[in-house]
Amino acid sequence: MLTGWLLVAAMDSESLLLSLELASGTGQGLSPDRRASLLTSLLLVKRDYRYNRVLFWGRILGLVADYYIAQGLGEDQLGERKSLYSLNCMEWSLLPPATEEMVIQTSVVKGRFIGDPSHEYEHIEMQRTTEGEKTYEDEVMIQIKEESRLVSVIDQIDKSVAIMPRGALFKTPFGPVHVNRTFEGLTLADSKKLSSYFHFVEPVELKNKSLLEKADLDPSLDFMDSLENDIPKGSWSIQMERGNALVVLRSLLWPGLTFYHAPRTKNHGYIYVGTGEKNIDLPFML
Amino acid sequence: MEGQPPPEEEEESEESQQRQARRARRASLGQTPSASETVEAGDVSARASQASLGAPLSQTSLRWSLPPGSLSSLGLRIEDLDEESTSLMDTLSLTGRVPSHGSMAENYPGGLDAAQYGFFQPMDFHTAMFQPEPVLSSGSFQPDEEEEAHGPYALDDPQFRGSHLDPGFGPFDYELPEPEPRELMIQNAKAYLLKTSVKCDLSLYEHLVNLLTKILNERPEDPLAILESMNRTVQEEWFHKKLDTLRDDPEMQPTYEMAEKQKVLFLRGAGEGEQEMEEESIPVPNIIESAFYFEQAGVGLNSDETFRIFLALKQLILGLERNYLVAEVEFREGEEEEVEEEGEELVEGAGEAMEGRDEEEGEEDEEKEVDEPPKSTWKPPPVIPREESRTGANKYLYFVCNEPGRGWTRLPHVTPAQIVNARKIKKFFTGRLETPIVSYPPFPGTEANYLRAQIARISAGTQISPLGYYQFGEEEGDEEEEGGARRDSYEENPDFEGIPVVELVDSLANWVHHTQHILPQGRCTWVNPNQKSEEEEELGEEEEKADEPDEVEQEIGPPLLTPLSEDAEILQLTPWTARLSCSLCPQYSVAVIRSNLWPGAYAYATGRKFENIYIGWGHKYSQDNFNPLLPPAVQMEYVIGPETMEMVDPTVEEEQALKAAQEQALAAAEEEEEEDEDEEDEDADD
Repeated sequence: MLTGWLLVAAMDSESLLLSLELASGTGQGLSPDRRASLLTSLLLVKRDYRYNRVLFWGRILGLVADYYIAQGLGEDQLGERKSLYSLNCMEWSLLPPATEEMVIQTSVVKGRFIGDPSHEYEHIEMQRTTEGEKTYEDEVMIQIKEESRLVSVIDQIDKSVAIMPRGALFKTPFGPVHVNRTFEGLTLADSKKLSSYFHFVEPVELKNKSLLEKADLDPSLDFMDSLENDIPKGSWSIQMERGNALVVLRSLLWPGLTFYHAPRTKNHGYIYVGTGEKNIDLPFML
Repeated sequence: MEGQPPPEEEEESEESQQRQARRARRASLGQTPSASETVEAGDVSARASQASLGAPLSQTSLRWSLPPGSLSSLGLRIEDLDEESTSLMDTLSLTGRVPSHGSMAENYPGGLDAAQYGFFQPMDFHTAMFQPEPVLSSGSFQPDEEEEAHGPYALDDPQFRGSHLDPGFGPFDYELPEPEPRELMIQNAKAYLLKTSVKCDLSLYEHLVNLLTKILNERPEDPLAILESMNRTVQEEWFHKKLDTLRDDPEMQPTYEMAEKQKVLFLRGAGEGEQEMEEESIPVPNIIESAFYFEQAGVGLNSDETFRIFLALKQLILGLERNYLVAEVEFREGEEEEVEEEGEELVEGAGEAMEGRDEEEGEEDEEKEVDEPPKSTWKPPPVIPREESRTGANKYLYFVCNEPGRGWTRLPHVTPAQIVNARKIKKFFTGRLETPIVSYPPFPGTEANYLRAQIARISAGTQISPLGYYQFGEEEGDEEEEGGARRDSYEENPDFEGIPVVELVDSLANWVHHTQHILPQGRCTWVNPNQKSEEEEELGEEEEKADEPDEVEQEIGPPLLTPLSEDAEILQLTPWTARLSCSLCPQYSVAVIRSNLWPGAYAYATGRKFENIYIGWGHKYSQDNFNPLLPPAVQMEYVIGPETMEMVDPTVEEEQALKAAQEQALAAAEEEEEEDEDEEDEDADD
């Protein structure tokens, strides 16, 4: 999502445009009419749903139409995020939160998104039903709605490749995570290292670090997993653009996710513009 | 000048007490005010802190009257300053040398009036010159002049011992009973605060001064909540002073280099522009215009990046470490191709000899004679010759560069073997042309060749134009050639009037490919690989010929200028998606078409203009997972026949049985002979 943390907190429309400019190295962007409608509609969303921050998450390309996704945050930065989608950047609809079964169910669907939220994928599954002593194997047609697929894809992307630079958030002793207002950006040397970026989710591997490593960590800043230990190694591409004035990380696991950061400034953010498919061939391609 | 501690601070009582205590102490230690100016001589350390914080330069002059250095920390400060500035009086130089810390400068409210609240003016300013003797005039401390009346500070009161309010203050020694107890306790408290520890130069006093100065200058909204972070920031700032202007920041060095190179781009670009107009050289397509249209479609780089790529570029391929910009250059007839870019490394023209690939690999070991291990009768499939320059897949010449401003490198021509192999592997580009491609099947070449092969495939698959923009040439002789009507060239149609945008979006038949399709063989025009077999026959008459080379069928691809509607579907997926760029204003929007087969290939068309672009990772889209080619089956080492087969030795019984059978047969044969003889004898007798 494009921070944009200034986007709605300060009603500052310029930061969205700047963020879009910086993230556009991947080649995908937004046309001017979309950008204009985004700015107005996101403000309205913030008012209607009473979010603390509303961020533009990205765009999923479908065959017939594209989905534009936005996310609304509450007070706690690491807390639950509500996702909204829109087909025309004007009317936004809330998406249900992702559940585990949804994710499992939709993982069987392959291929592009169609672009119609009510489209149903048909998936044939063999189900065994036992009636008495006999077991029948039936072919059951399961209908999976594209909306649930959308939800689970957004959730997967957020969990696996949403990143933040180190120091942008800090954790207070009381629990909630806040934006660090004195975050001045990473230094150039730091911005080229994978360890300066964290996944924007509850940490999983942090506890597995050795005590020696933990001694160097600062508990208020290092409370998330860093990118160093991502499997497979090399699934992030770090590039400096504009002659070191901008560092761009692109995920190879979910091609289309671009994270940008201007070193020594507060600007950072990420955006996903892509087909919404995981790149399973990654190990072959490295 | 009156100090005006800002009244609107909301701090807890403890802190305010501390502040006030400090203020009082500063009053006692304060410096002589200078007559003319707005800003006071404050504490030396306060001054230094303000300097390091990039104080606004609105002060015209500052004068310091330094105390003779009674306290150790003050002395330290002086020495430090001595090193850095020539004259202690010239504090402006000090502030000038320190480039302001980024956020601090920005956060200063505009139009600082130092008199107002430019600095945290701790003090009060009529204080007398500090003297080491503790005797102070009673006029030094004038609580009435401060806005808030402060009561006596019980903490430092010699009569008061042990305070629960401020645990930072320890018990004091009262050595000099003469001075007023109040001043004494102030001095003591300050002395304590100014203590520096063994580890660092910064005393608590100075640090708190810095911290509060910063807070007062920046006026953040909720200072208490961010107190810790501000604390840390101030500490960092103290220890990491900004580099002075004499030395360049080493981190930014590559940035500056890049910027210089790109500056060259801008300068030379201007000069070249004039020349180009005179010579009518290869027209550089109007990148800015294309970029604008693509931006309408929601595709493309941001505008200043595009401007920097204001060269004949048509494609950008993403890589892991660096990206590639690819420029497509067309040969002019009969001339060497010109490199109109001002690349620092100009690569030599097209006159170089083409690499021949005439080695006949099939003839390796056919010449040797007998007593050799069985000769390998395997012949590698005949090498398919690559296409000539300017034809087929090698029609255009490609140059790459990593970033605009660096030189362009020429990519070699592509060979059919490379294309065939590139279809089988899927690898990310790293951005360096010399990287070897480690894959199975082994790719014949480095990343440069792989890149070139992918470019060829992408161009062949996705370069499209509106129907009618190009038309075939006027010659009719093509019909008579072998293989049917194969037309290789096209030219612009001068009468093209443009197709309305709505129609372009509705029907894919309005778009056509204008590059030749690449056959499975790897070329655009089919070549029979067995054409050389005649030569081989002559050479190899006497040798064994194993299998006959298989009959190869002629491969035919769709002819040039095929409409898109003929493109095959991939698993219910239409290969192209067409859209209007803006549905809200259809009369001005452009038609955008996006390839689903090569994600990242776009084309737009409006009126008489159209353009193709590719921005992406360089891979084809496939719904199924990528399955690398399996290694071939293990080859037979020898012919299987009875001589080489291992037989089981017959057992004893079998041998005996065989013997018995043979004997029987013999016996039977003898009997027959005897019978025959008997018969003959009998016949003879008769």
